[in-house]
Amino acid sequence: MIAGIDYGLGNLFSLISSLKALGAEAVVTSDAQEISRAERLILPGVGAFGDAMARLHSIGLDNLLQEQAASGKPLMGICLGMQILFEEGYEYGHHQGLGLIPGQVASLEADLRQSGYALKIPHMGWNALTIHQKDCPLMKNSHDGDFVYFVHSFYARDCDEYVVASAEYGLAVPAVVNNGNVYGCQFHPEKSGKVGLTILKAFIELEA
Amino acid sequence: MITKRIIPCLDIRDGQVVKGVKFKDVKNVEDPVAMARFYNESGADELVFYDITATVEKRPLFTDVLKRVAAEIFIPLTVGGSINSLDDFDRVLKAGADKVSVNSGAIKNPRLISAAAEKYGDQCVVLSMDAARVDGAFHVFAKGGREDTGMDAVEWAVRGEKLGAGELVINSIDADGVRGGFDLPMLAAIAERVDIPIVASGGAGKKEDFLELFALPGIDAGLAASIFHFRQVDIKELKAYLSRNGVQMRL
Repeated sequence: MIAGIDYGLGNLFSLISSLKALGAEAVVTSDAQEISRAERLILPGVGAFGDAMARLHSIGLDNLLQEQAASGKPLMGICLGMQILFEEGYEYGHHQGLGLIPGQVASLEADLRQSGYALKIPHMGWNALTIHQKDCPLMKNSHDGDFVYFVHSFYARDCDEYVVASAEYGLAVPAVVNNGNVYGCQFHPEKSGKVGLTILKAFIELEA
Repeated sequence: MITKRIIPCLDIRDGQVVKGVKFKDVKNVEDPVAMARFYNESGADELVFYDITATVEKRPLFTDVLKRVAAEIFIPLTVGGSINSLDDFDRVLKAGADKVSVNSGAIKNPRLISAAAEKYGDQCVVLSMDAARVDGAFHVFAKGGREDTGMDAVEWAVRGEKLGAGELVINSIDADGVRGGFDLPMLAAIAERVDIPIVASGGAGKKEDFLELFALPGIDAGLAASIFHFRQVDIKELKAYLSRNGVQMRL
């Protein structure tokens, strides 16, 4: 069973529907026992880094997720859920993340500007993946040039060795990240058509 | 880099897809879920659903359609029609919408845009407007294009962006249903003044119209209904054609 972590941020309707379409058993939950029982965890999220961490903390899920990740259970963060897997975030102040992947989350707009790019923020729409770690099990059926759907204004940086795939938007924006049993997608696999379903399927098929 | 987007639009009345010519004479096309499935298969980058149901009693039919589509179509869905409050946002977001488009509701109460942007994020709020030429200017029309508000369309777009809209849908009433091409002068006038993505709507008749559209700076997407519904333009062919001509597309 897959548990989609419900902490009041983001809509899990499409995520759960896509998992079900792939034949997986999936529930939306914030219950510690149910999360502990699940074989795999997905941490979604739409909103701001600090708010997300505060919400997880207020229901005691930050520690639980850290324990679950340490136990070797496959965990995948999506969008903001990916960002809070990192050590720290700089969205409306400085916040500690779950610290499951080394690196930080910073403003894409500020870094684009500093690099001389005048691109629209949020980075929103379909963009192509460049896969750097082709042996990553999450990418087993994905290809360079596959298009996925992004909507975000902050991005992960200083995490080069954990970047499985990136998308070019002025900078090489980390799109898929991985550290051991912890995975993250900056884009929305549940909104990325067949390509996205392929990635979710690979997650379902990871050895638990 | 981000691709340009091709977006079929489904007008839903009482749970069924309809399409009007110049907003009148609506006729039934097909089942919305079947059509969504067809568009998903044929490479649509996003789907837009407008609820044009007239009565409150029949409105739940739309939410039901949305849920059924969202349960099996995994590309971004934008929903509009009768969005007047945060409760309306909530209702369609919970039924599977990713973005919510406001039109008359925002004209009546512009703060709906800022309130929704604060609660759900800019990326979730789409300001959609119906505009037409009146005395040498572009005016915003309310109530499905029937009522001239006297508001200037360019100024309304600028204000919408300031209030927190993350995207604009510009539908030209003059061009709608005529299939003579997008309303490039209107789109250019608005694109010059805003930075958020613009979705052009109204007037698409053939694939060349889209090539002309994407030559215009600041236009991110082309939206159409009847030419896709009646299979006059095939989305896969259209995207291949645009790609061959240098437009970035998801193929």
